Amino acid sequence: MGFWSWGVVTLQNECPGNTLAYSSISFFYSPTVNDCPFFPLQIDYTGTEPSSPCNKCLNVSWDSSPPCTCTINFTLEHSFESNVFMYYGLSNFYQNHRRYVKSRDDSQLNGDNASLLNPSKECEPYRTNEDKPIAPCGAIANSMFNDTLELYRIDNDTRTPITLIKKGIAWWTDKNVKFRNPTGDGNLTALFQGTTKPVNWPKPVYMLDSEPDNNGFINEDFIVWMRTAALPTFRKLYRLIERKNNLQPTLQAGKYSLDIAYNYPVHSFDGRKRMILSTISWMGGKNPFLGIAYITVGSICFFLGVVLLIIHHKYGNRNTSADIPN
Amino acid sequence: MVFKVPSNPNHSVSSFLFRRCAVAACAGEEKRVGTRTVVVGHRPVSETDAYVAQKFCDNRIVSSKYTLWNFLPKNLFEQFRRIANFYFLIIFLVQVIVDTPTSPVTSGLPLFFVITVTAIKQGYEDWLRHRADNEVNKSNVFIVENAKQVQKESEKIKVTVNGEVRLLSLKLVGRGRCVVRAGGGMSCPGELTHYAVRDTTVLCTDEAIDALTATIECEQPQPDLYKFVGRIIIYRSNQEPVARSLGPENLLLKGATLKNTKKIYGVAVYTGMETKMALNYQGKSQKRSAVEKSINAFLIVYLCILLSKATVCTTLKYVWQSNPFNDEPWYNEKTKKERETFKVLRMFTDFLSFMVLFNFIIPVSMYVTVEMQKFLGSFFISWDKEMYDEEIKEGALVNTSDLNEELGQVEYVFTDKTGTLTENSMEFIECCIDGHKYKDCISEVDGFSQTDGPLKYYGKAEKSREELFLRALCLCHTVQIKEADQVDGLIGHPEHRYTYISSSPDEIALVKGAEKYGFTFLGLENNFMKIRNQKNEMETYQLLHVLNFDPVRRRMSVIVRTTTGKLLLFCKGADSSIFPRVQQEEIQQTKVHVDRNAMDGYRTLCVAFKELTQKEYDKIDRQLNEAKMALQDREEKMAKVFEDTEADMHLIGATAVEDRLQEQSAETIEALHAAGMKVWVLTGDKMETAKSTCYACRLFQTSTELLELTAKTVGESERKEDRLHELLMEYHKKLIQDVPKNRGGLKRSWTLSQEYGLIIDGSTLSLILNPSQDSSSSNYKNIFLQICLKCTAVLCCRMAPLQKAQIVRMVKNTKGSPITLSIGDGANDVSMILEAHVGIGIKGKEGRQASRNSDYAVPKFKHLRKLLLAHGHLYYVRIAHLVQYFFYKNLCFILPQFLYQFFCGFSQQPLYDAAYLTMYNICFTSLPILAYSLLEQHINIDTLTADPQLYMKVSDNAMLQWKPFLYWTFLGAFEGLVFFFGVYFLFQNSSLEDNGKVFGNWTFGTIVFTVLVFTVTLKLALDTRFWTWMNHFVIWGSLAFYVFFSFFWGGVIWPFLKQQRMYFVFAHMLTSVSTWLAIILLIFISLFPEILLIVLKNIKEKSHQVRNKIIRKVPDSLSARPSVRPLLLRTFSDESNVL
Repeated sequence: MGFWSWGVVTLQNECPGNTLAYSSISFFYSPTVNDCPFFPLQIDYTGTEPSSPCNKCLNVSWDSSPPCTCTINFTLEHSFESNVFMYYGLSNFYQNHRRYVKSRDDSQLNGDNASLLNPSKECEPYRTNEDKPIAPCGAIANSMFNDTLELYRIDNDTRTPITLIKKGIAWWTDKNVKFRNPTGDGNLTALFQGTTKPVNWPKPVYMLDSEPDNNGFINEDFIVWMRTAALPTFRKLYRLIERKNNLQPTLQAGKYSLDIAYNYPVHSFDGRKRMILSTISWMGGKNPFLGIAYITVGSICFFLGVVLLIIHHKYGNRNTSADIPN
Repeated sequence: MVFKVPSNPNHSVSSFLFRRCAVAACAGEEKRVGTRTVVVGHRPVSETDAYVAQKFCDNRIVSSKYTLWNFLPKNLFEQFRRIANFYFLIIFLVQVIVDTPTSPVTSGLPLFFVITVTAIKQGYEDWLRHRADNEVNKSNVFIVENAKQVQKESEKIKVTVNGEVRLLSLKLVGRGRCVVRAGGGMSCPGELTHYAVRDTTVLCTDEAIDALTATIECEQPQPDLYKFVGRIIIYRSNQEPVARSLGPENLLLKGATLKNTKKIYGVAVYTGMETKMALNYQGKSQKRSAVEKSINAFLIVYLCILLSKATVCTTLKYVWQSNPFNDEPWYNEKTKKERETFKVLRMFTDFLSFMVLFNFIIPVSMYVTVEMQKFLGSFFISWDKEMYDEEIKEGALVNTSDLNEELGQVEYVFTDKTGTLTENSMEFIECCIDGHKYKDCISEVDGFSQTDGPLKYYGKAEKSREELFLRALCLCHTVQIKEADQVDGLIGHPEHRYTYISSSPDEIALVKGAEKYGFTFLGLENNFMKIRNQKNEMETYQLLHVLNFDPVRRRMSVIVRTTTGKLLLFCKGADSSIFPRVQQEEIQQTKVHVDRNAMDGYRTLCVAFKELTQKEYDKIDRQLNEAKMALQDREEKMAKVFEDTEADMHLIGATAVEDRLQEQSAETIEALHAAGMKVWVLTGDKMETAKSTCYACRLFQTSTELLELTAKTVGESERKEDRLHELLMEYHKKLIQDVPKNRGGLKRSWTLSQEYGLIIDGSTLSLILNPSQDSSSSNYKNIFLQICLKCTAVLCCRMAPLQKAQIVRMVKNTKGSPITLSIGDGANDVSMILEAHVGIGIKGKEGRQASRNSDYAVPKFKHLRKLLLAHGHLYYVRIAHLVQYFFYKNLCFILPQFLYQFFCGFSQQPLYDAAYLTMYNICFTSLPILAYSLLEQHINIDTLTADPQLYMKVSDNAMLQWKPFLYWTFLGAFEGLVFFFGVYFLFQNSSLEDNGKVFGNWTFGTIVFTVLVFTVTLKLALDTRFWTWMNHFVIWGSLAFYVFFSFFWGGVIWPFLKQQRMYFVFAHMLTSVSTWLAIILLIFISLFPEILLIVLKNIKEKSHQVRNKIIRKVPDSLSARPSVRPLLLRTFSDESNVL
């Protein structure tokens, strides 16, 4: 029975208050339907459909300024009670392509001054630009996600911005050990002297953020991007929405709008872009796979257990009866 | 080249001494053809006789393969000649040259590991050989140089003498005869007597030897240990040169030790690598086991899988890339170099890259693990306490570790009789003189013992005939006397002042038998044999000639001169060889006794004599000497003289000598039968003797129907071929055509139907194998083989050694090439031991030749049971499991990597980190399987030994057939799919951590890898039936090491790595609860089929046991019934003498 109860616990955690049967069914709903409050909310803002507000930005290029902006309105049926995590998701983006994965210089990112000015050959063809070493070099850094997403709550036609926290989204070890700014005196601008920005970036790495502990190589958006995804459809943590107090849910049910500064072209490779809002339990995000798998395996085990028990019982009878004639 | 051999009983290595080495050969002749001439003392025979001092091979013995300088290149070269190693070298080179997904380290390190381990093993073995060589080469020798003895190191001398020694002279015990004990590298049967040439026996000092002028002509080096043909020509001043013949009895082999002689002088005729012993070392061919063939077949399958995987990926890559935004999206541009290479070249390098990525599917470490398993595993045989024999203070010996698993696959057992099934310790039982039986009664059962001696007469022959018979027994032999104070021989009697030494235990039994009747042989002195007769008088006889025993003639004779001047020839031998040579009317009375004795399982010998006139003797003497001098066809000439001499004799009587069965040989044969093996007895003995022994050791049961193809049934006439044809057809019909064909499924369970036994003798066999001109009879062999294969037991008697090997070869080459095993103890079994797949030697009384040439040597026949049923079975199961497991674990290792290509744009992105790729086979999963393959006992050893039926379960290479292979492959594929897609679905989740952070591709790989390592290790744990602390240690230790290593590997920023991919990946992975749940679930799912199978098997077994319980009640009572004792009960017990 062990697996049986595990399955129940798992599901209850994912969708409390609902019955087991309901949870199983909810798996088959399309992801945009937002019946269960813990189910992540996904908004595709690629803009391939002509009706989409972002359709105008579809063929945006890297250096368009001012950036193309678009706004998508959506309704939240259920409120998000606990902390909400905001992700961006890309599809058909091969971050796990071999040429892409290896196109980075970890010692440069670790603050090694020699590598800063002489990046690894693996970074080719994003190693140097106009005879100046690129910092950070490589294809991964060069293609860093640079859409800006802002969330507003629409309450009686007033747009209240929702505070999005941009720190605490990267692994602690990455932020504090693996990624280091170059060492030396002076501000970041001086430290990155002699390098040039990645080709696709509008501004150099030392201008990624105004806060010094989130600037340069230790910018968390940058660190998150640098952790290459396992599959061509992936999401990355973008912002955190913290619950302010115990009285109000983090995000009440109601109308919201998503403002997008559309910089990142995905249409050229048939990609998609999504914004995802999700809450997370003690065992991570909502994961139907584990629940289903545990339930299935548990039931099979239970069924087989019963069958074998019956066989054993029958066989046990045979055993005793076999002894009698002797 | 004269040297002296001092005897030192405490040292087995003799020291040799010689002077001015001079070996000359007839130049221009082919090696091993023609003769070589050795000039004694490097002294030209005459001024005219100029010879070319040819450079001969020196006396350094080199059995080692490498030297310090060439070890590395030569060893590497030899190792890379192995397909698997070469393949990995190629992969490594590809990785170095081409831009491949994994660094060269990933395949270079395991390859280096494998090569190093193998090199260390081979280096160690070679070091041992070097040490042994040095011991021989550095030993001191004494050389006669200018009439003085000089001590020199054997190796330092230009042409050294460590070789065969020809006896020239004997000192101290100058009886012209010396006993040499097999020691060191020598392996002739026990102790042999060697003789010096008569003309040189007087040369007993250094000076005398130095003055000798002589040449020796002999054959070129030949590997045959028992053949030597040569001639010594002694030049004396003012005299005609004297020529004397040299035979094997004049030749000392390398490594021989003197036994009862203090020192001898000798001439070296063969040196160094040309000695007969050295030539014999080389002839041994490598035997390969059936398992290795299976491995190669599987390897080819996996190579095909690998190639098709790489082809599929390359093709799909280019299909996928035909879409420009897939080929080169804006975020991932190609380098300039990549863009400029030709497409064909790019495709080729892509193909190679995929090969490199998937190359781990071919298990690199399997060969080294198999080798280690065999090497270490063979110790278990030599350590086995149950195979330790108290008598000879030795256990089993493993000469080759390559064939361990073959012991579990044996289908045919060919066994020698004497010394293998029987003990080869002879006891004189009775004799008959002129048809009157004389039987010993030592026991006091017979209350009234007679006054005139310890004999009980069943009727009496004439006194003179009795005495003649006993004298014949005393004289007709080659037994030596050894003083009792240095009891060291095999047959030691504490109550005697002396012991008898002989190469044949029969002779000793006969001499002792004669002693019981009052005639005691007192030894040989200066060619005079001394006998004490019944009246305690001394009789002396001059020994004129010994016509040695040989297996073809099957008899031996001596010619002696009595003190009165009468010349007598005594001959003893097998009845078949004696009867045709005696007066026909004498045969009948004796024949009755001989036949009855043979039926009782005794070895019988007939004794005959003949008086020679001086004239006859002179003729014989001349003929013998002529034949002995011949360099060409000496054997034939000798045989002819012997044939002529031993004719028209008078039969005196016959003897019966008992050769007791070895303990438990009957039980062993029964067990081998029950295990589905067919046991063939190949013996040189007479049919009746062999047959009764076969009954005694239950090779034939009373229910067995015997088919006979012997001289008796076939007949002697010229019609024998027709008769043979008739018989063959009849048997063939009986066995093959009449038997219903529905026994297909029960290949080995003949116990249900009528059992057949076949008896065939040597002459009939040669008739079958070498038919005369008639072409229609050429298919005899086929029919005969078919008959043989249908019989449960086959007895081949009167076999020559070569015929034994012929039979083994015949069976070995039949359809399905069954695995054959030969077991024997004597030199005559060597050919069949070498011929069979597995050769087993018995460390018996007939010397060490058999055990030296064997693959395994055991002290007793009964040990065969445990060796095959327990050790063989276990070794087979272990190695089969090892092989299958290796392929399985590498398949489920690489399959996720292959599947990942579909999700990373076929870009050859590795799923696992390089460290994991490298360490998987050499660290994380290597030791548990090695421990398993050394220690596993899926069934208890005692059960295996007790229940021979279990042996059939692994027969026909059952665990390495395609079916189990497919099972393992599917299991591996299933698990690979579970690993990959399980984690794939897990990663559909937005986040796996409770703080919303995301995992990357390296975490993906690490989760898969963790599940993989745990699953394959736990799978092995599930398979393990026999847990020792070592299994626990390596299994849990490996897992702990994996976890520890992962933490360590990810815990440090390694300065030598270009990318810090794994930094804290493992630790982060473990902080996620979902990951834990997923890992546990996936491991469970992967092992689920296995667990289910075990449960089902248990149920089946239990119900089987219950059924067996009912059934077993019946056979229990059957087997408890006293087995029908065959004709000779006495062979089983010591009371036999009372009967």
